[in-house]
Amino acid sequence: MANQKKRFMQGNEACTEGAFYAGCRFYAGYPITPSTEVMEICGTRLPKVGGVFIQMEDEIASICAIVGASLGGLKAMTATSGPGFSLMQEGLGFACMTEVPCVIVNVMRSGPSTGFPTGPSQSDVMQAKWGTHGDHPAIVLSPASVEEIFHETVRAFNLSEIYRTPVILLYDEIIGHMREAITIPEPGAVEVINRVAPNCPPNEYKPYDNKLGDIAPLASYGDGYRFHVTGLYHAADGFPTNNTKMIEDAARRLLRKVDDNKERIWKNEEYFLDDAEIGIFAYGVSARSAKFAVRELRKKGIKAGLLRPITIWPFPDAAVEEMSKRVKAIIVPEMNLGQIVYEVERAAKGRCDVKGIFRVDTEPIRPIQIMDCITGAVLALSEAKNGAKPPVSTMTEMMVERDMIDG
Amino acid sequence: MSTPTEELKPLAKKKKKVPFNYEPYIRGGKLPHIWCPGCGHGIVLKSLLRAIHTTGMSKDDIAMVSGIGCSSRTPGYVDFNTLHTLHGRALAYATGLKLAKPKLKIIVTTGDGDALAIGGNHFIHACRRNMDMTILVYNNAIYGMTSGQSSPTTPQGMISTTGRYGSIEPPFDTCQLAQAAGATFVARGTAYHFQELEKIIYEAILHKGTSVVDIIDACPTYYGRFNKYKTPSEMMEKIEKEGTVSVKQAEKLTPEELQGKFLRGIIHRSERPEYCEEYNKLVATVQAKK
Repeated sequence: MANQKKRFMQGNEACTEGAFYAGCRFYAGYPITPSTEVMEICGTRLPKVGGVFIQMEDEIASICAIVGASLGGLKAMTATSGPGFSLMQEGLGFACMTEVPCVIVNVMRSGPSTGFPTGPSQSDVMQAKWGTHGDHPAIVLSPASVEEIFHETVRAFNLSEIYRTPVILLYDEIIGHMREAITIPEPGAVEVINRVAPNCPPNEYKPYDNKLGDIAPLASYGDGYRFHVTGLYHAADGFPTNNTKMIEDAARRLLRKVDDNKERIWKNEEYFLDDAEIGIFAYGVSARSAKFAVRELRKKGIKAGLLRPITIWPFPDAAVEEMSKRVKAIIVPEMNLGQIVYEVERAAKGRCDVKGIFRVDTEPIRPIQIMDCITGAVLALSEAKNGAKPPVSTMTEMMVERDMIDG
Repeated sequence: MSTPTEELKPLAKKKKKVPFNYEPYIRGGKLPHIWCPGCGHGIVLKSLLRAIHTTGMSKDDIAMVSGIGCSSRTPGYVDFNTLHTLHGRALAYATGLKLAKPKLKIIVTTGDGDALAIGGNHFIHACRRNMDMTILVYNNAIYGMTSGQSSPTTPQGMISTTGRYGSIEPPFDTCQLAQAAGATFVARGTAYHFQELEKIIYEAILHKGTSVVDIIDACPTYYGRFNKYKTPSEMMEKIEKEGTVSVKQAEKLTPEELQGKFLRGIIHRSERPEYCEEYNKLVATVQAKK
């Protein structure tokens, strides 16, 4: 431990450190703010370790290239932002359908369209789950600090290899460009998982064989296993099928890979949640403001607590359900006009109030916004107790005047 | 560097009277194919498999990658490492795979719509990079799988379901496009001239760098029906036989006589550093500096 030096590093750089630690040896990408540093560092570092870096002609080509490389046996990654992430959606679906491990980093910026390229945002959380067409599994991780980006990048690769599915690392521009102290663990200190290769003779290999479970071993092209991969619905041997039962089985199995393992994929941080009366559900940079707000509110005697999902998809239903049984209201601050708040409301099943705090002026949600919202909620709750009218809406948008927050 | 016209060398003499055995290359139980009666894709596949056989390459060392369309179904029938991808994106997948496993010989089977419309960007960039791969464009001047829409190679005036009054768009010349974009081997064949096609594909596979073969091939079901060709054989004769001249024949013809005819044979061959080799050099240089 003595030789582990603390380093001062940007979030996007920590992402590349995590990727190299996890054994990523292939990067294909296209420049886009605010994710470009990931690409630039990969372009500098990968040749040094004998890995492959290629700048593709667009983001569509980038996601296709990483899937091709992964089928060639390399751990592969690409990084992008809003417009590029939109372009990657079809390729993302192909990776889900063909069950090819890969990691896609989306550093969220303001949208839609070109939006405000240098402005942070959290408005791709639903796209990360629902962006590509058709039912498909989604594993999306949402780190909130530089150090956490490192660890979640390693975990993204691990989950991708375990479940043979693309994993999305989703963080906002602030987390991506922020600089913090970080200690890169020694090799071996953090678990790195590699894909399971087939141990059967090549002529018996079936890339989607589910006899032994939902996730089959994955061979690499060129290693003697001549198998077929297609984005069409396919049978266990990988060849297209129009058998309706096989299609349904395959569709259900794809989702089951994640659904049946969600307890293993979920990862949350709880902060003063045990005795909280008001809960906050926040991710990424908004969770940092939320933590500050919880500390300040606790000083004033208000029992606030935070549930921070680090795995945002599959959605942490169980944790939200648990929280909703204990708190009187859940506040959901997010840098969009209301996305994950609806998931919280769904999981809370009416057991408590759910209020969103939305901000889209490309400035982060400030602690004072969250504190004011919670103070208001506490006030409303005590008025309700004293016979006053309960709050009309369970979904109040708290837009604080710029002067109030920034002044 | 470039040799605009070139004679095709005859392939090594094979034993006569022994019919070619396609079986080792066809995946058991995956036929019949989806191609319509009269379609030229089966003929192209035949020439392709014979060419591959002549190279003596191991099936394990060949990866066949395709996009979406009739021609892109080819990998599903053959016993190689096969990847059937998204519409237009075969070359992007192939690029990633080749870089990850440089020992693989990549053969991309694609169509005129797949390669030149939705995949046009990947096509020109693949040609520019000169990565070692063979791109076979099955060019039937129409979208067959979606039942007969205009494509980027549909000649002006021809009828399709999205060009009921005749196409007004000028078509791409696949070979000119490939050569301008930097492909180091550019050739054209037809399903009609299937023996010549076999030789061309053989040369294309052995070429180090990006090789593009434009294969003129008939779609009787849609293109033929809409454009009043009575039979598949009439289409082959009019479009593939009479519509093309070999590079050797072309030398003797006037520009007027060449008007409206496609050149057949190896149209361009040049040498340029191959991408994977250049990348390996870069890695060696970077690692030496450490």
